[in-house]
Amino acid sequence: MTETVLSSPGKEVVIGFDRPFVVIGERINPTGRKKLAAEIAAGDFSTVESDAVAQVAAGAHVLDVNAGVPTADEARLMTDMVKIVQGLVDVPLCIDSSMVPALEAGLAAYDGKALVNSVTGEEESLESVLPLIKKHGAAVVAICNDKSGISEDPDVRFEVARKIRNRALDHDIPADDVVVDPLVMPVGAVGNAGRAVLSLVRRVREELELNTICGASNVSFGLPDRQGLNAAFLAMLIGAGMTSAIVNPLHVEVMTGITGAEVLSGLDHRCKRWMKRCRALQQNQAA
Amino acid sequence: MSIQEIYDAVMAYEEEDVAELVQAQVDAGTDIEKILNEGLISALDVIGEKFSAGTLFVPEMLMAAEAVQAGLEIVRPLLIDTGAKPVGTVILGTVKGDLHDIGKNLVGMMFEGAGFKLIDLGTDVDPEEFISAAQENDADIIALSGLLTTSMPEMEKTVEAIRDANKNRNLNVKTMVGGPPINEEFATRIGADGYSVDAPTAVDDARALMAAGI
Repeated sequence: MTETVLSSPGKEVVIGFDRPFVVIGERINPTGRKKLAAEIAAGDFSTVESDAVAQVAAGAHVLDVNAGVPTADEARLMTDMVKIVQGLVDVPLCIDSSMVPALEAGLAAYDGKALVNSVTGEEESLESVLPLIKKHGAAVVAICNDKSGISEDPDVRFEVARKIRNRALDHDIPADDVVVDPLVMPVGAVGNAGRAVLSLVRRVREELELNTICGASNVSFGLPDRQGLNAAFLAMLIGAGMTSAIVNPLHVEVMTGITGAEVLSGLDHRCKRWMKRCRALQQNQAA
Repeated sequence: MSIQEIYDAVMAYEEEDVAELVQAQVDAGTDIEKILNEGLISALDVIGEKFSAGTLFVPEMLMAAEAVQAGLEIVRPLLIDTGAKPVGTVILGTVKGDLHDIGKNLVGMMFEGAGFKLIDLGTDVDPEEFISAAQENDADIIALSGLLTTSMPEMEKTVEAIRDANKNRNLNVKTMVGGPPINEEFATRIGADGYSVDAPTAVDDARALMAAGI
């Protein structure tokens, strides 16, 4: 039974087969949010704070924290942001950076067992990130690309996932603490992007017996009605056995897609969460 | 049979029709540059404008660019025969450490569709590779693409190296940058000659750089 346990001081969240799908809120990320980037650079964390609270209220189980403000001291910002978010909401965090010093700073500041986003199949990444994961007893997102790039061939990406899993084991990191990101490409530009990820999710689950995660919103880049497409994709991913995703929980359609797919995949006993969510939405509308 | 039909076929994303219509015009002895400019390039310009305005989407831009590409394949060798020069020569690639090439590829297709000569160096390109490609091809513009925030320092280094080569190594090339984390302010700060918000705009900006005289 594959289980990736994440924790904050007062809460435990388990990503696992046959468990509720874990929603990781994507909003605390200045990439592509120029206003937020400017705020953070100026030491103003008010949007970070409101995004943290709003995402948890909207149903996020974990929050992604990315401090990638261009040309700023990302490690220092990561420390500040992890502390601020942990001071506000009691949910596990996903410490997200492509800079190892920022990951290190985030892990040092974090109270609990974090998810780290991410390690790739590149040698440099493997040998700098995995020792950190081991040291802090964290879990890690394994991104299926290596030095040769992001392959459109799902078989190549599967082998990268296997390689990262094996290297984690070499570093004495339990396989359960490796969560595979099959890499979602925009389907508007890469026609097989959806099917490639669906097949990878199945194979990673069946053959490697690992949890899976993805940034689902990428799929709809350059297309109209992104929320609708994202919702359809997430439902299919859950049907294929994906166990977590980084999404915008403030998008109602996306959360409807996820919650509905859980019902239909037998992950929501007696449809309890579906009914609870519908009642809450009705109450919100009435108010 | 008219050039308008070529234009219409591009707008309808009919790749095969474009190839047939272009061939028919060539066979009829129509001026090659006229086919290129009025049939192919002007259509893709309109597609680009609509994409930038948000009324057309990525797959539509790709289909239009592919349709233009089909026409270009026919006229390109003929243009070489007539001695016509390309609008300009662009070296394109994602900066070192960045493997994301979808945005870059869109930019490349739009450049080619606009009549530029394109040298696509692919992903994860070293500053020196950009410079030597520019020297070998007597390029006008080096266009740098990046998706990751971490690509920004790399972009800065690359632009710096190119400016240094312009100064000290007898190179004469302009730099353009683009990608999700990039903005005008950053481009100005690192000394790039241009920043473009999307692929069609990159073509317009490159034309402006060419017109400004290089």
